[in-house]
Parts: sequence; C-alpha cells; structure tokens
Amino acid sequence: MTDAKKNKGSVTIVVFSGELDKAIAAYVIATAAASMGMGVNMFFTFWGMNVIKKRGGLIKGRHWMQKMLNVMNYGHAKKLALSRMNMLGIGPAMLKTMMSQKRVPTLHEFIQTAASLGVKMYACEMSMSVMGLKKEDFIDECAGVIGAVSYLADAKESNVNLFI
Amino acid sequence: MPAFAANKTIDVRGLACPMPSVKTALALEGMAAGETLEVVTDDPVSKKDLPVWAQSTGNTLLGMKEEAAVVRIYLKKGLRID
Repeated sequence: MTDAKKNKGSVTIVVFSGELDKAIAAYVIATAAASMGMGVNMFFTFWGMNVIKKRGGLIKGRHWMQKMLNVMNYGHAKKLALSRMNMLGIGPAMLKTMMSQKRVPTLHEFIQTAASLGVKMYACEMSMSVMGLKKEDFIDECAGVIGAVSYLADAKESNVNLFI
Repeated sequence: MPAFAANKTIDVRGLACPMPSVKTALALEGMAAGETLEVVTDDPVSKKDLPVWAQSTGNTLLGMKEEAAVVRIYLKKGLRID
C-alpha cells in the first residue's frame, strides 16, 4: 500500500458469502471507497471464492470429496444464487432485470470497475487447499493468494473492516 | 443561481450509486488543480453523496443546480492530490 492511500484511509473486506446480493453489497462499498481514494483489499474466503472464480471447469480437486464439493458448489460472477428468495434461480434473474432497469452495474462490471480503480482482490489460501482449488481457477483480476495473517496485517492498518 | 464555468462535463444520468462517485473520481483524476468539473446526474443519492465525496477527497463543492429531476453539481479540484 502506498503512503498516499494511507492518508485517505483504507478498507478491508472479508467476502465469506458466495451469494449475488452479498457480493454486490461488497463491491458497492469497495468501488465507492476506491472512488474516495481509499485503498481497498478484498479477501475472498470459503463460499465467497465463487465470486472471483473463472467460468467453466466443473470438476476440480484431487479426491472425490473435493470433486463432489466443487461440482455441487459450481458458480462464478455470472452464476450466483441469492441469499434470500432464490426460488430455484428465478430470484437472481428477476433481480438482475430490476437492477439493469435502474442501471446498477452487473457483478461482472463491478469486478472490472473495482480492478481498474486499484481494488486488490485476494483468494484465501487455506480455503483453496481445502477445496482443491488453484490460482488458475480464479479470474485474472484476482491479485493473488494470501493467508489470514497477511489479511490481518492489512486489516490492522485499515480504518474500515467488513465481513460479508 | 450563479452559473459556473466548467472545464469539463460528465453526464452520469441513468447511473446508480456508487457509479456517479466513481465516474467523478475518474474524471477529476485527469484534471488540474483549480479546474471545475460539472457532473450531470439524475441519481437522487448523488445530491447527498457527491458533496460528502468532495469533502472527504479534498475537493470543493462550488454549488448545485437543480432542474426538475436533473442535478448539476460543480466541483473544483483541490490542490491536495495525495
């Protein structure tokens, strides 16, 4: 983090949830903070990793449990459920329509905007090893793979810390 | 309402929170200190958020002009570039 970013403060966000509504909430805050010149670090862990996963590659992992989990937990920025009123996928479709009517960016657009504003997105190393995921399974906007200590080192210096 | 001479205008009509702030930040990035940016928005949140945004980023709110649902917000880029 540069000194310039420190002067304006910084935000750290843990994205634990892999649902569309929660992911959008995280990115609204991340992009708004970045627009204010704040440094933003997002740490994607557990179900939240789906938000920054690449499309495709249904079967991942080494042993059968990892493979089964990854098939059942398949998702990426354009394919996420809602935390409420999912209604077998009707909910997300309706919400996407309603959001585009109000010209709220899609999650995919939010991710690109965030990256262009310098928001750093990291995947959690421990969750990745549990689920059998590799760095290549994540989108290019993912800046790297870090552990809890690296996250906390950033969080300790930040002014705002969120767990979503 | 006094008129403000803007060096640059961005039209963010139709865009919802937080995109007007994001577009404003990007537009001001390419401008020199002391220059004026005009932001044309119809997002009701911008009216409250952009003045706060300006204050927190070291820029100055010169004024706002409301015409029906459209608000024109005038911001002067601050000297503080950190």
